[in-house]
Amino acid sequence: MEGDIASMGQYIGAGLATIGLGGAGLGVGNVAGNYLAGALRNPAAAGEQQAMLFVGMAFAEALGIFSFLVALLLLFAV
Amino acid sequence: MAGGAEHGASSGGINAHPMDQFIVKPLFGDESLGLFTVTNQTLWLAVGVLFAFLLLALPTRNATLVPGRMQSVAESLYMFVRKMVADILGEEGAKFFPYVFTVFMFILIANVTGLIPASFTPTAHIAVTGVLALTVFVSVTVIGFMRHGLHFISLFWVSSAPTVALRCVLFVIELISYFVRPLSHSVRLAGNMMAGHAVLKVFAAFVPALGLLGVVPIAAMTGIFALELLVACVQAYIFTILTCVYLKDALHLH
Repeated sequence: MEGDIASMGQYIGAGLATIGLGGAGLGVGNVAGNYLAGALRNPAAAGEQQAMLFVGMAFAEALGIFSFLVALLLLFAV
Repeated sequence: MAGGAEHGASSGGINAHPMDQFIVKPLFGDESLGLFTVTNQTLWLAVGVLFAFLLLALPTRNATLVPGRMQSVAESLYMFVRKMVADILGEEGAKFFPYVFTVFMFILIANVTGLIPASFTPTAHIAVTGVLALTVFVSVTVIGFMRHGLHFISLFWVSSAPTVALRCVLFVIELISYFVRPLSHSVRLAGNMMAGHAVLKVFAAFVPALGLLGVVPIAAMTGIFALELLVACVQAYIFTILTCVYLKDALHLH
């Protein structure tokens, strides 16, 4: 693959930016696992907290998406 | 963005330009985007309005007491948002319901029609989601000042902190996080939409390169498409519920 230093910097930067996605995975798994633990203890109350489950997962996912966005911007928009 | 897309990986096997689908192009052959050029974004926004009309207005003409299929779809969407507004904003939420419902339906329809192959997702652009989030931010601040006058500033003053010095530090932190709200509000929606569609395009670029094994990326794309449908609906719900929460903060000053 050809290219100059700027290209190399782009690709390395994009690769480094995906490290943030590990944290997002941990966060979303945390939310889902806590919901599951709570739902197994109190199944009757689980249904009404399902909205909160989705809200929590969306928040945790959003930060992972921000880092993915940085990677995409570095690769394709610089 | 078009320049960056061209020097992407075009050597040998995988020729991937996943960000080309987000380019706003004029529809009728000119090459310059003026203020009133009809672009592919205009077309798909008009398609979104058409779908909103077909989904909501058309089935509820001659509405019957026992609803038919399309009427019950329209009614359940309405009741979903109505219940959310009533839960978070209480009785006085009724006067904010039309705006919240419009925001929800616009984002839901724009996200879901963006999943049609060869279409364009307006909400993947920070220009569109930034305007949506800024509108929410400015409206909520103006409503807060109209309702409470200068007492609105007490939203940032955390009286439950022990010392006055801590309250001043927290005031600055609360103020900064208040102004960061429209940024995170808009980037969340735009980033989710853009990331999902870019991933689909990247997987699609693998298919011709793998020959017969190309069914594996296609199966992966099917799974990711299902995830994208879920993300489209959840992101519309998240945007709306955050709008309601910000409005509640301004109206009731915690």
